[in-house]
Amino acid sequence: MSATKPVARLTPPVGKRDHLQGSPNAAVTMCEFGDFECPYCGAAQPIIKAVQRIVGERLLFTFRHFPLTQIHPHAERAAEAAEAAGAQGKFWEMHDLLFENQRTLDDWHLLEFASQLGLDVKRFSRELAEGVHRERVREDFMSGVRSGVNGTPTFFINNVRYDGSWQMEELLDTLERASERF
Amino acid sequence: MSRETVEIQTQNLTSALPAGVNAPDFSLPAAPERKLSLKELRGRPVILAFYPADWSPVCGDQMALYNEILPEFKRFDAELLGISVDGVWCHRAYREHSNLHFPLLADFHPKGEVAQSYGVYRFQDGTCERALFVIDGQGRISWSYVSPIDVNPGADGILSALENLTGKGSSDVSNETSSKADAAGRQA
Repeated sequence: MSATKPVARLTPPVGKRDHLQGSPNAAVTMCEFGDFECPYCGAAQPIIKAVQRIVGERLLFTFRHFPLTQIHPHAERAAEAAEAAGAQGKFWEMHDLLFENQRTLDDWHLLEFASQLGLDVKRFSRELAEGVHRERVREDFMSGVRSGVNGTPTFFINNVRYDGSWQMEELLDTLERASERF
Repeated sequence: MSRETVEIQTQNLTSALPAGVNAPDFSLPAAPERKLSLKELRGRPVILAFYPADWSPVCGDQMALYNEILPEFKRFDAELLGISVDGVWCHRAYREHSNLHFPLLADFHPKGEVAQSYGVYRFQDGTCERALFVIDGQGRISWSYVSPIDVNPGADGILSALENLTGKGSSDVSNETSSKADAAGRQA
């Protein structure tokens, strides 16, 4: 017999180092590992937004970076751009903008997005150039690797990998059941 | 199909070689003009990733994922080899398209012979299982795993097996920074 593999669990679990949306006392946590240049993540984005609206305060949502740089040349830089915006308090605003503009993630556009969000563009640009947030992105990536992320997007619900569909109905059902178990 | 055939096929689904067994040697084309044998890699850990086919979406994710994690595998001085029953030209096109930086071996002729020797050939489909083997420097299997055919098994199992093998921790979030990891990578 070959070895068995235990249930894939999120390591480290959702916590303070994460960018969080929703109440810290929420009944359910959901963590997405995503890549801003991944078309599937882009397709999942409006569904996640709708789910967040419907489930509301009962859901604590977080996003961790999992850039597949060998197939998506702008993914790493875009992830660092989200962190650079986060350093100025606008992680989620940049996260949304990047997903809305998946086809234009080159450096020029990243600066344009920073400007649109009213960020200190000079600081943003310097942090990108110096790779200030590279380590953070790598930490997210490695947490994904060790947690059993097997592509993007991968979701963890209450810190357990969710292998079902991320279409709205199934996702809502799963979250509903997870919140009842809590 | 005779009862006997069915039985053999069913057995085959669950007969992946386990840990502790010597890994069967093979020599397979890694490129149109180049063969690679397992023996050549003796002294270093080897990761064999059998997958059903080039181009299918799940495989794409799996190989793209391993491509991304190559630096981690290198920290253990491990060599990653992808294997499927696709031919060398198909592998070449797929490798170039996906920008893969590790060899894809063609278990093409006689078809699936190596997959069969590892117990991971799917007679009903004519492809191999989605199966992982970690082989130690002495050529012994130290971990094996067969994933459901449509589920990308990820890389966590491979990294744990490499850690157990080498006694070296991976650069995970909790215990190392990337600069330390880079330094370790350079020393390896």
